[in-house]
Amino acid sequence: MSDETSSRTPAVARPGLARRMGSLSDRALAWVFIGPTIFLLLAINIFPLIWTIRLSLTNYRANRTNADLQWVGLRNYERILTDSDIWNSMQATAHFLIWTLVLQVLIGFALAYLINKKFKGNDLWTTIIVLPMMLSPAVVGNFWTFLYQPQIGLFNYVIAFLSGTDPSSFSMIGDVNLAPWAIVIVDTWMWTPFVMLICLAGLRSIPDSIYEAAECDRASSWRQFWTITIPMALPFLMLAILFRGIENFKMFDLVVQLTGGGPGNVTELTSINLKREAFEKWRTGFASAYAVILFVTVFGLASIYVKALNKVKQR
Amino acid sequence: MMRFVDGLLHLRRGPWEMVATILIALGVFMLMQPFMLWIYSWSFAVTLAGTVMFIIVSHFPE
Repeated sequence: MSDETSSRTPAVARPGLARRMGSLSDRALAWVFIGPTIFLLLAINIFPLIWTIRLSLTNYRANRTNADLQWVGLRNYERILTDSDIWNSMQATAHFLIWTLVLQVLIGFALAYLINKKFKGNDLWTTIIVLPMMLSPAVVGNFWTFLYQPQIGLFNYVIAFLSGTDPSSFSMIGDVNLAPWAIVIVDTWMWTPFVMLICLAGLRSIPDSIYEAAECDRASSWRQFWTITIPMALPFLMLAILFRGIENFKMFDLVVQLTGGGPGNVTELTSINLKREAFEKWRTGFASAYAVILFVTVFGLASIYVKALNKVKQR
Repeated sequence: MMRFVDGLLHLRRGPWEMVATILIALGVFMLMQPFMLWIYSWSFAVTLAGTVMFIIVSHFPE
Protein backbone atom coordinates (compact mmCIF):
# COMPACT_ATOMS: atom_id res chain seq x y z
CA MET A 1 0.00 0.00 0.00
CA SER A 2 2.66 2.45 1.01
CA ASP A 3 4.75 1.52 -2.06
CA GLU A 4 1.85 2.40 -4.35
CA THR A 5 1.41 5.82 -2.72
CA SER A 6 5.09 6.71 -2.99
CA SER A 7 5.23 5.71 -6.67
CA ARG A 8 2.20 7.87 -7.51
CA THR A 9 3.12 10.97 -5.48
CA PRO A 10 5.72 12.57 -7.86
CA ALA A 11 3.32 12.56 -10.82
CA VAL A 12 0.52 14.15 -8.78
CA ALA A 13 2.76 16.80 -7.20
CA ARG A 14 4.50 17.81 -10.43
CA PRO A 15 4.30 21.64 -10.59
CA GLY A 16 2.47 23.27 -13.47
CA LEU A 17 5.55 25.21 -14.70
CA ALA A 18 7.70 22.08 -14.84
CA ARG A 19 4.96 20.26 -16.79
CA ARG A 20 4.76 23.13 -19.29
CA MET A 21 8.58 23.32 -19.59
CA GLY A 22 8.68 19.61 -20.30
CA SER A 23 6.51 20.11 -23.38
CA LEU A 24 8.89 22.74 -24.87
CA SER A 25 11.30 21.85 -27.65
CA ASP A 26 15.05 21.99 -26.92
CA ARG A 27 15.38 25.16 -29.00
CA ALA A 28 12.54 26.90 -27.17
CA LEU A 29 13.95 25.83 -23.82
CA ALA A 30 17.35 27.27 -24.78
CA TRP A 31 15.68 30.60 -25.61
CA VAL A 32 13.88 30.57 -22.25
CA PHE A 33 17.22 30.30 -20.45
CA ILE A 34 19.19 32.66 -22.69
CA GLY A 35 16.38 35.23 -23.10
CA PRO A 36 16.80 37.05 -19.75
CA THR A 37 20.57 37.34 -20.27
CA ILE A 38 20.13 38.71 -23.79
CA PHE A 39 17.51 41.16 -22.51
CA LEU A 40 19.83 42.37 -19.72
CA LEU A 41 22.73 42.68 -22.16
CA LEU A 42 20.63 44.75 -24.54
CA ALA A 43 19.22 46.92 -21.74
CA ILE A 44 22.49 47.53 -19.88
CA ASN A 45 25.12 47.55 -22.66
CA ILE A 46 23.68 47.95 -26.13
CA PHE A 47 20.88 50.44 -25.47
CA PRO A 48 23.09 53.00 -23.61
CA LEU A 49 25.68 52.69 -26.40
CA ILE A 50 23.14 53.40 -29.12
CA TRP A 51 21.65 56.23 -27.02
CA THR A 52 25.13 57.75 -26.52
CA ILE A 53 25.77 57.64 -30.27
CA ARG A 54 22.41 59.36 -30.82
CA LEU A 55 23.17 62.05 -28.20
CA SER A 56 26.61 62.63 -29.72
CA LEU A 57 24.88 63.94 -32.85
CA THR A 58 22.83 66.51 -30.91
CA ASN A 59 23.43 69.56 -28.72
CA TYR A 60 21.70 67.91 -25.73
CA ARG A 61 22.51 69.31 -22.28
CA ALA A 62 21.48 67.18 -19.30
CA ASN A 63 20.91 70.27 -17.11
CA ARG A 64 18.46 71.78 -19.62
CA THR A 65 16.18 68.92 -20.46
CA ASN A 66 13.36 71.22 -21.58
CA ALA A 67 15.48 73.02 -24.18
CA ASP A 68 14.97 72.20 -27.86
CA LEU A 69 17.10 69.32 -29.01
CA GLN A 70 18.99 70.25 -32.18
CA TRP A 71 20.56 67.81 -34.58
CA VAL A 72 24.15 68.98 -35.11
CA GLY A 73 25.46 66.10 -37.19
CA LEU A 74 29.19 65.48 -36.83
CA ARG A 75 29.93 68.96 -35.39
CA ASN A 76 30.70 67.60 -31.90
CA TYR A 77 33.23 65.16 -33.36
CA GLU A 78 34.76 67.96 -35.42
CA ARG A 79 35.12 70.17 -32.32
CA ILE A 80 36.75 67.41 -30.28
CA LEU A 81 39.17 66.50 -33.03
CA THR A 82 40.33 70.10 -33.49
CA ASP A 83 40.49 71.01 -29.77
CA SER A 84 44.08 71.42 -28.58
CA ASP A 85 43.10 70.98 -24.89
CA ILE A 86 41.64 67.54 -25.63
CA TRP A 87 44.71 66.74 -27.71
CA ASN A 88 46.88 67.61 -24.66
CA SER A 89 44.69 65.39 -22.55
CA MET A 90 45.25 62.51 -25.03
CA GLN A 91 49.01 63.06 -24.74
CA ALA A 92 48.81 63.03 -20.93
CA THR A 93 46.91 59.74 -21.17
CA ALA A 94 49.51 58.31 -23.58
CA HIS A 95 52.35 59.26 -21.18
CA PHE A 96 50.51 57.67 -18.26
CA LEU A 97 49.55 54.55 -20.24
CA ILE A 98 52.96 53.84 -21.77
CA TRP A 99 55.03 54.37 -18.62
CA THR A 100 52.69 52.51 -16.27
CA LEU A 101 52.59 49.52 -18.65
CA VAL A 102 56.37 49.46 -19.12
CA LEU A 103 57.11 49.75 -15.38
CA GLN A 104 54.37 47.36 -14.26
CA VAL A 105 55.34 44.66 -16.75
CA LEU A 106 59.08 44.90 -15.99
CA ILE A 107 58.74 45.05 -12.20
CA GLY A 108 55.78 42.63 -12.11
CA PHE A 109 57.61 40.02 -14.17
CA ALA A 110 60.82 40.43 -12.16
CA LEU A 111 58.91 39.99 -8.88
CA ALA A 112 57.07 36.95 -10.24
CA TYR A 113 60.38 35.44 -11.35
CA LEU A 114 61.83 35.94 -7.86
CA ILE A 115 58.72 34.72 -6.02
CA ASN A 116 58.63 31.64 -8.27
CA LYS A 117 61.97 30.51 -6.80
CA LYS A 118 61.47 28.35 -3.73
CA PHE A 119 62.73 30.16 -0.63
CA LYS A 120 61.79 30.55 3.03
CA GLY A 121 58.97 33.04 3.64
CA ASN A 122 57.81 32.86 0.02
CA ASP A 123 54.10 32.98 0.93
CA LEU A 124 54.56 35.84 3.40
CA TRP A 125 56.34 37.97 0.77
CA THR A 126 53.62 37.21 -1.79
CA THR A 127 50.98 38.43 0.68
CA ILE A 128 52.94 41.60 1.49
CA ILE A 129 53.52 42.41 -2.19
CA VAL A 130 49.85 41.87 -3.06
CA LEU A 131 48.58 44.20 -0.29
CA PRO A 132 48.50 47.51 -2.30
CA MET A 133 46.20 45.95 -4.89
CA MET A 134 43.59 45.21 -2.21
CA LEU A 135 43.27 48.85 -1.14
CA SER A 136 40.65 51.23 -2.46
CA PRO A 137 41.97 53.77 -5.03
CA ALA A 138 40.48 56.56 -2.88
CA VAL A 139 42.52 55.40 0.13
CA VAL A 140 45.68 55.03 -1.95
CA GLY A 141 45.20 58.47 -3.51
CA ASN A 142 44.66 60.00 -0.08
CA PHE A 143 47.71 58.58 1.65
CA TRP A 144 50.02 59.13 -1.32
CA THR A 145 48.95 62.79 -1.22
CA PHE A 146 50.40 62.85 2.31
CA LEU A 147 53.51 60.94 1.24
CA TYR A 148 54.10 63.52 -1.51
CA GLN A 149 53.76 66.54 0.83
CA PRO A 150 56.92 68.68 0.48
CA GLN A 151 57.12 69.50 4.22
CA ILE A 152 56.01 66.30 5.92
CA GLY A 153 55.94 63.69 3.15
CA LEU A 154 58.02 60.55 3.55
CA PHE A 155 58.60 60.29 -0.20
CA ASN A 156 60.33 63.67 -0.32
CA TYR A 157 62.52 62.71 2.66
CA VAL A 158 63.59 59.45 1.02
CA ILE A 159 64.45 61.22 -2.24
CA ALA A 160 66.26 63.94 -0.26
CA PHE A 161 68.22 61.29 1.67
CA LEU A 162 69.26 59.56 -1.57
CA SER A 163 70.02 62.67 -3.63
CA GLY A 164 71.17 65.11 -0.96
CA THR A 165 68.64 67.81 -1.92
CA ASP A 166 66.34 69.68 0.43
CA PRO A 167 63.04 67.74 0.93
CA SER A 168 60.92 70.88 0.63
CA SER A 169 62.70 72.01 -2.54
CA PHE A 170 60.36 70.01 -4.80
CA SER A 171 56.70 69.04 -4.85
CA MET A 172 55.73 65.90 -6.72
CA ILE A 173 52.08 66.86 -7.20
CA GLY A 174 52.57 70.62 -7.45
CA ASP A 175 55.26 70.66 -10.14
CA VAL A 176 54.25 70.64 -13.80
CA ASN A 177 57.18 68.37 -14.73
CA LEU A 178 56.90 65.98 -11.78
CA ALA A 179 53.11 65.55 -11.49
CA PRO A 180 52.77 63.21 -14.53
CA TRP A 181 55.45 61.00 -12.93
CA ALA A 182 53.75 61.18 -9.52
CA ILE A 183 50.62 59.48 -10.89
CA VAL A 184 52.73 56.91 -12.79
CA ILE A 185 54.57 55.99 -9.56
CA VAL A 186 51.37 55.54 -7.56
CA ASP A 187 49.61 53.46 -10.22
CA THR A 188 52.73 51.31 -10.60
CA TRP A 189 52.93 50.84 -6.83
CA MET A 190 49.28 49.84 -6.68
CA TRP A 191 48.92 47.60 -9.74
CA THR A 192 52.31 45.90 -10.17
CA PRO A 193 51.14 43.09 -7.82
CA PHE A 194 48.29 42.34 -10.24
CA VAL A 195 50.74 41.91 -13.13
CA MET A 196 52.98 39.88 -10.81
CA LEU A 197 50.14 37.46 -9.98
CA ILE A 198 49.30 36.88 -13.65
CA CYS A 199 52.99 36.36 -14.52
CA LEU A 200 53.37 34.02 -11.54
CA ALA A 201 50.49 31.91 -12.87
CA GLY A 202 52.29 31.79 -16.24
CA LEU A 203 55.64 30.83 -14.71
CA ARG A 204 54.09 28.11 -12.55
CA SER A 205 52.37 26.61 -15.60
CA ILE A 206 55.75 25.81 -17.24
CA PRO A 207 56.57 22.12 -16.63
CA ASP A 208 59.91 21.42 -14.89
CA SER A 209 60.63 18.70 -17.46
CA ILE A 210 61.31 21.36 -20.13
CA TYR A 211 64.00 22.97 -17.97
CA GLU A 212 65.43 19.53 -17.15
CA ALA A 213 65.68 18.74 -20.89
CA ALA A 214 67.37 22.11 -21.46
CA GLU A 215 69.83 21.32 -18.64
CA CYS A 216 70.65 18.01 -20.33
CA ASP A 217 71.36 19.94 -23.55
CA ARG A 218 73.65 22.22 -21.52
CA ALA A 219 71.58 25.33 -22.23
CA SER A 220 72.72 28.27 -20.07
CA SER A 221 70.30 29.98 -17.63
CA TRP A 222 70.22 33.01 -19.92
CA ARG A 223 69.25 30.86 -22.92
CA GLN A 224 66.63 28.98 -20.88
CA PHE A 225 65.13 32.31 -19.85
CA TRP A 226 64.83 33.62 -23.43
CA THR A 227 63.83 30.37 -25.15
CA ILE A 228 61.62 28.73 -22.51
CA THR A 229 60.49 31.13 -19.80
CA ILE A 230 59.64 34.19 -21.92
CA PRO A 231 57.82 32.39 -24.82
CA MET A 232 55.78 30.23 -22.43
CA ALA A 233 54.86 33.12 -20.13
CA LEU A 234 54.10 35.45 -23.08
CA PRO A 235 50.31 34.78 -23.31
CA PHE A 236 50.01 35.63 -19.61
CA LEU A 237 52.11 38.78 -20.04
CA MET A 238 49.94 39.87 -22.96
CA LEU A 239 46.81 39.24 -20.91
CA ALA A 240 48.23 41.42 -18.12
CA ILE A 241 49.07 44.18 -20.63
CA LEU A 242 45.55 43.99 -22.08
CA PHE A 243 43.89 44.26 -18.67
CA ARG A 244 46.12 47.06 -17.40
CA GLY A 245 46.10 48.89 -20.73
CA ILE A 246 42.31 49.08 -20.87
CA GLU A 247 42.04 49.94 -17.15
CA ASN A 248 44.65 52.69 -17.39
CA PHE A 249 43.07 54.15 -20.50
CA LYS A 250 39.95 54.65 -18.35
CA MET A 251 41.88 55.73 -15.20
CA PHE A 252 39.89 58.23 -13.16
CA ASP A 253 39.58 57.78 -9.38
CA LEU A 254 43.23 57.51 -8.37
CA VAL A 255 44.32 60.54 -10.39
CA VAL A 256 41.36 62.67 -9.27
CA GLN A 257 42.22 61.89 -5.66
CA LEU A 258 45.92 62.61 -6.16
CA THR A 259 46.12 65.67 -8.41
CA GLY A 260 42.56 66.42 -9.58
CA GLY A 261 44.03 66.80 -13.08
CA GLY A 262 46.47 69.54 -12.03
CA PRO A 263 48.69 71.46 -11.80
CA GLY A 264 47.08 73.28 -14.73
CA ASN A 265 45.89 70.34 -16.79
CA VAL A 266 49.09 68.29 -17.06
CA THR A 267 47.56 65.23 -15.40
CA GLU A 268 44.06 65.70 -16.83
CA LEU A 269 43.57 62.28 -18.39
CA THR A 270 40.82 61.75 -20.96
CA SER A 271 38.35 60.27 -18.45
CA ILE A 272 38.76 63.30 -16.13
CA ASN A 273 38.38 65.68 -19.08
CA LEU A 274 35.31 63.76 -20.23
CA LYS A 275 33.75 63.95 -16.77
CA ARG A 276 34.32 67.75 -16.71
CA GLU A 277 32.66 68.17 -20.09
CA ALA A 278 29.70 66.00 -19.07
CA PHE A 279 29.05 67.02 -15.46
CA GLU A 280 30.74 70.41 -14.91
CA LYS A 281 30.17 72.12 -18.26
CA TRP A 282 27.04 70.02 -18.91
CA ARG A 283 27.82 69.61 -22.62
CA THR A 284 26.21 66.17 -22.76
CA GLY A 285 26.13 65.85 -26.56
CA PHE A 286 29.78 66.89 -26.82
CA ALA A 287 30.77 64.52 -23.99
CA SER A 288 28.85 61.69 -25.69
CA ALA A 289 30.88 62.20 -28.88
CA TYR A 290 34.03 62.20 -26.74
CA ALA A 291 32.93 58.92 -25.12
CA VAL A 292 32.26 57.35 -28.53
CA ILE A 293 35.79 58.27 -29.69
CA LEU A 294 37.31 56.69 -26.58
CA PHE A 295 35.09 53.62 -26.95
CA VAL A 296 36.11 53.03 -30.58
CA THR A 297 39.78 53.41 -29.62
CA VAL A 298 39.60 50.90 -26.76
CA PHE A 299 37.47 48.51 -28.84
CA GLY A 300 39.94 48.63 -31.73
CA LEU A 301 42.92 48.04 -29.45
CA ALA A 302 41.17 45.19 -27.64
CA SER A 303 40.35 43.54 -31.01
CA ILE A 304 44.01 43.58 -32.05
CA TYR A 305 45.05 42.31 -28.69
CA VAL A 306 42.61 39.40 -28.56
CA LYS A 307 43.76 38.37 -32.04
CA ALA A 308 47.43 38.51 -30.97
CA LEU A 309 46.65 36.59 -27.80
CA ASN A 310 44.94 33.80 -29.77
CA LYS A 311 47.92 33.57 -32.12
CA VAL A 312 50.37 33.29 -29.22
CA LYS A 313 48.21 30.61 -27.56
CA GLN A 314 48.11 28.56 -30.80
CA ARG A 315 51.94 28.43 -31.01
CA MET B 1 54.32 39.87 -50.77
CA MET B 2 52.58 38.22 -53.73
CA ARG B 3 50.80 35.88 -51.28
CA PHE B 4 49.62 38.88 -49.29
CA VAL B 5 48.26 40.66 -52.40
CA ASP B 6 46.69 37.39 -53.57
CA GLY B 7 45.00 37.02 -50.17
CA LEU B 8 43.65 40.55 -50.42
CA LEU B 9 42.28 39.95 -53.91
CA HIS B 10 40.62 36.69 -52.86
CA LEU B 11 39.17 38.25 -49.70
CA ARG B 12 41.11 36.04 -47.25
CA ARG B 13 40.94 36.81 -43.54
CA GLY B 14 44.69 36.91 -42.75
CA PRO B 15 45.84 39.76 -45.00
CA TRP B 16 42.69 41.81 -44.49
CA GLU B 17 43.00 41.50 -40.70
CA MET B 18 46.58 42.66 -41.06
CA VAL B 19 45.43 45.78 -42.95
CA ALA B 20 42.73 46.46 -40.32
CA THR B 21 45.24 45.99 -37.49
CA ILE B 22 47.68 48.43 -39.10
CA LEU B 23 44.87 50.99 -39.51
CA ILE B 24 43.81 50.68 -35.84
CA ALA B 25 47.40 50.94 -34.57
CA LEU B 26 48.03 53.92 -36.84
CA GLY B 27 44.80 55.60 -35.67
CA VAL B 28 45.70 55.17 -31.99
CA PHE B 29 49.20 56.52 -32.62
CA MET B 30 47.68 59.50 -34.49
CA LEU B 31 45.30 60.13 -31.57
CA MET B 32 48.07 60.29 -28.97
CA GLN B 33 51.06 61.68 -30.88
CA PRO B 34 52.37 65.08 -29.73
CA PHE B 35 53.61 66.33 -33.14
CA MET B 36 50.83 67.79 -35.33
CA LEU B 37 47.22 68.72 -34.68
CA TRP B 38 46.00 67.76 -38.17
CA ILE B 39 47.26 64.20 -37.66
CA TYR B 40 45.22 64.10 -34.42
CA SER B 41 42.18 65.42 -36.32
CA TRP B 42 42.23 62.46 -38.71
CA SER B 43 42.91 59.85 -36.02
CA PHE B 44 39.30 58.94 -35.25
CA ALA B 45 38.43 58.39 -38.92
CA VAL B 46 41.40 56.03 -39.30
CA THR B 47 40.66 54.11 -36.07
CA LEU B 48 36.97 53.80 -36.92
CA ALA B 49 37.75 52.55 -40.44
CA GLY B 50 40.17 50.00 -39.01
CA THR B 51 37.76 48.80 -36.31
CA VAL B 52 34.80 48.43 -38.68
CA MET B 53 37.05 46.69 -41.21
CA PHE B 54 38.31 44.33 -38.48
CA ILE B 55 34.75 43.35 -37.51
CA ILE B 56 33.82 42.69 -41.16
CA VAL B 57 36.97 40.84 -42.25
CA SER B 58 37.00 38.56 -39.20
CA HIS B 59 34.07 36.81 -40.94
CA PHE B 60 36.08 36.19 -44.13
CA PRO B 61 37.29 32.61 -44.83
CA GLU B 62 40.83 31.67 -43.70
